[in-house]
Amino acid sequence: MQTLMIPEIGHYALVIAMLMAAVQGVLPLAGAATRRPLWMAYARPMAAGQLLFVAIAYACLTASYMLDDFSVTNVANNSNSMLPWYYKLSAVWGNHEGSVLLWSLLLAAWGYFASRFSRELPRDMVARVLGVLGLVGTGFLAFVLVTSNPFERLLPNVPGDGADLNPLLQDIGLIMHPPMLYMGYVGFSVVFAFAIAALLGGRLDAAWARWARPWTNLAWAFLTVGIALGSWWAYYELGWGGWWFWDPVENASLLPWLTGTALMHSLAVTEKRGAFKSWTLLLAIFTFSLSLLGTFLVRSGVLTSVHAFANDPSRGQFILMLLGITVGLSLLVFALRAPRVGHKVGFTWLSRDALLLINNILLVIMTITVLMGTVYPLLLDALGLGKISVGPPYFNALFVPLTLLLALFMGLGQVARWKQTPVSLLVSRLWLAAVGAVILGAALPLLFAERWSPAVAIGLIAALWIVLPILRDLFEKARNASSVGAGLKKLSLAYWGMQLGHLGVAVTIVGVAVVSNYSIEQNVRMAPGDSVEVAGYTFTMNELSSRQGANFLADRANISVQHGDSSRSFAMNPEKRLYLATRMPMSQVALRPGFLRDLYVAMGEDLGDGSWALRVQYKPFVRWLWLGGLLMAFGGVLAVADKRYRRLATARDPEARAAPAPGREASA
Amino acid sequence: MNRRLILLLPLAGFLALAVFLYQGLSLNPFHRESALMAREFPAFDLATLKEPERRVDRDLLTTGELTLVNVWGEWCPECKREMPQLLDLAERHDIRLVGISWKDTREKALGFLEEFGDPFEVNIFDPDNELAFELGVYGAPETFLVDGDGVIRYHHTGYIAPGDVTETILPEVEQWR
Amino acid sequence: MALMRLSRLLTTALVLLLVAGLAQAAAIEVREFDDPVLEERYRDLTASLRCPTCQNQAINDSDAPVSGDMRDRVYRLLMDGRADIEIRNHMVERFGDYVLYNPRLEGRTYLLWGLPAVLGLLGLVLVGLLVRARRNASNRELSAEERARLDALINRERTE
Repeated sequence: MQTLMIPEIGHYALVIAMLMAAVQGVLPLAGAATRRPLWMAYARPMAAGQLLFVAIAYACLTASYMLDDFSVTNVANNSNSMLPWYYKLSAVWGNHEGSVLLWSLLLAAWGYFASRFSRELPRDMVARVLGVLGLVGTGFLAFVLVTSNPFERLLPNVPGDGADLNPLLQDIGLIMHPPMLYMGYVGFSVVFAFAIAALLGGRLDAAWARWARPWTNLAWAFLTVGIALGSWWAYYELGWGGWWFWDPVENASLLPWLTGTALMHSLAVTEKRGAFKSWTLLLAIFTFSLSLLGTFLVRSGVLTSVHAFANDPSRGQFILMLLGITVGLSLLVFALRAPRVGHKVGFTWLSRDALLLINNILLVIMTITVLMGTVYPLLLDALGLGKISVGPPYFNALFVPLTLLLALFMGLGQVARWKQTPVSLLVSRLWLAAVGAVILGAALPLLFAERWSPAVAIGLIAALWIVLPILRDLFEKARNASSVGAGLKKLSLAYWGMQLGHLGVAVTIVGVAVVSNYSIEQNVRMAPGDSVEVAGYTFTMNELSSRQGANFLADRANISVQHGDSSRSFAMNPEKRLYLATRMPMSQVALRPGFLRDLYVAMGEDLGDGSWALRVQYKPFVRWLWLGGLLMAFGGVLAVADKRYRRLATARDPEARAAPAPGREASA
Repeated sequence: MNRRLILLLPLAGFLALAVFLYQGLSLNPFHRESALMAREFPAFDLATLKEPERRVDRDLLTTGELTLVNVWGEWCPECKREMPQLLDLAERHDIRLVGISWKDTREKALGFLEEFGDPFEVNIFDPDNELAFELGVYGAPETFLVDGDGVIRYHHTGYIAPGDVTETILPEVEQWR
Repeated sequence: MALMRLSRLLTTALVLLLVAGLAQAAAIEVREFDDPVLEERYRDLTASLRCPTCQNQAINDSDAPVSGDMRDRVYRLLMDGRADIEIRNHMVERFGDYVLYNPRLEGRTYLLWGLPAVLGLLGLVLVGLLVRARRNASNRELSAEERARLDALINRERTE
């Protein structure tokens, strides 16, 4: 149904939003520099206005989709009248133009909430933070309006129906993955703005760190969930059972996550010890820069990827310009105004400070490694040195050892004290964990798996090295109190957040180690009546049938599965679908999830003689991957759910807060 | 002073990266040079398309004359579109064209030539992807310029447009004659 | 002009892709192996060789015709008793270095393989320098006034 005005309203709303963002960007910053309260006062209302009008624009685009207005080019290219309504909703962000609009909406939203929850901040800081956010918003909205306008019309030749949403994207995973991811990417703009504000205003103290932490942790948590969702989605949607391919687009999301993790920890040190200020500022700039870089890589066409949006060099140029200005200016500001005199906090090798620094550096090395691997083909090509590929073998070879090192220092860092730790204390806290980790890590595969794998043993040792000290600490705290309950209740949310976050890392490591080494995959030909045995499960094909879905035709296999000698069986029904509008074939995997193992069946080809080629997979512990991610995200949020952040101390708070009270040790 | 320099490092690193990214925008990740550039045309022993009893091998391309080897198939729409250019090259510019009939049946291939024209001196019949695989062909059409000694000198991936004829093919032919 | 050529290349690439088949479904084919070691090698090889026409997929995962051809060739060479390195070289000779997901260690990739190690060393040095500098900085002298304040605070705490 063609609508008369809705897309135009959306378009105009975008223009207004951009103008407001521009005012939000320029006036408050100028006002802070020249001490003009009136100009600074524009920040908050403009932030609200920007959100309002971008939201209106977004609503208009969504309305166009829901109303099947195929006169709008974007709707015609990505939707279809037969598309279920919930996919029409998500199709809005399943394409380049809509997704950048979503980016802009989330950017405006974060900015608005930053303005809402900043009553206690000094006025010039608020002005600078919102000013920076306004400038970024202006850039993005300009990008949308100039190169990626979702409201373009196809008049007068309105197509009768749309081209349909890519079947791969017609899925719950797609509905959730991009918004979560963007919340993460965009969320880091807040701490980025805080960093620039601190540099411009010349004010960087523990209070600043305390203000910045909740925003950082929240963004990080969203990004963690977004990445986990993406991995999970690829796993069950793409039909090959893989969960990470080191694809450029995947790497683009991992890069800000790695530096974001470093940033989270660095902020903690800056808050508690007043140290690592420049480092924290730099990480804040890097993390958001990597978000922008990721946007560039994914949408410019410089790198080949299955996930990449249809590309256009002019868009690439615009984003690169945005990237160049934003990152270039920030790094210049950093170089010129980074704190010159650090409050020289002392620490020794065996201190929490040093160990956190080591892990920060490790995370940065991991970031540079992944970045290097991702852009290296481009580098060589630009230098005329030929075309090479850098894929999973390279990344795995480097990333895995680095992760193990990370785990090593995590275990140490968890029990170390700030400033310095006597070796005897470290040993007393860790010897049991070390012994336990090695013994359990080596023994568990022997006990529970068919064959022993050194890789799994190492992974388990690393994970246990992280987990056992956590358990020991909980045990100590419970033991030293009047009762277990009392002891545990005394622990702050921040403490729980830290432990959960680190536990999440350990869980993920276990998942990766086990599923990478103990997975079993078999390609088999099956006709009704045939059976195949994989990992102790018997898969029997009962029948092949056909069915018609909302917008597809499917061939379906009915398979019953039995475990070992058990008489109980359950059904798995994979399908091979043909989506009618696009004529695209798609494999709908049959998945039997479990805490300790997944069973996975995908249909391949009709072999013509009444049988089909099927891929049957046994994937042990694969859910632990994403469970770990969820734990990490949850932990990250808990770490700043502490009352002291909700109360948001004022600027008058002395720096003495930065150092912990003597005698009380390492809490989060 | 030292510290300032160190602080400028991230900016310097970023600028370097940005330069490469900018260059990357004008590159085409799909466009790859053939792995066989400046190497000898691979050995083969296959029948021809029109005369099944006649077999040809590498000697076909080492006659001292420059040859354009074109990989095509009846199933390939771009091959139909570039036929006028190939006919042009063969007839107007007097270039020797040898075709590789790829992944086709004889009937289909012959039908294609009847319908769209036959600029080829001879067609190597390669239904089982023997020769094409050795050439690293992964899609049709692809064209190789082979000099008189059987060395591959130029490789064109994909459709040959009229512009390509004048801009790249003819100059390369001139260069290697 | 260059832009036209570029867009034409892109279009051709697109057509090649379409002709090659939309590479979304995994390449599920049934291949017989008597020797599990060979099967394992086949799996590894097809997972680490890149499909030349796809947008970043290994040949074990792509439905493109060229991927199928390459898998056939890998199988044949394995049956002929060739070593992994020979099979990889075989593919590179025909399709270029592009098809190796594991980049070779050669002049142009020294930076790629070496950088993490170099960074690791630099990081170690950095931490070492920082720790050494800060170990000495922690002993700040208290001024007389601060000492007096400290005494007053301690006394107050004792009496409270």
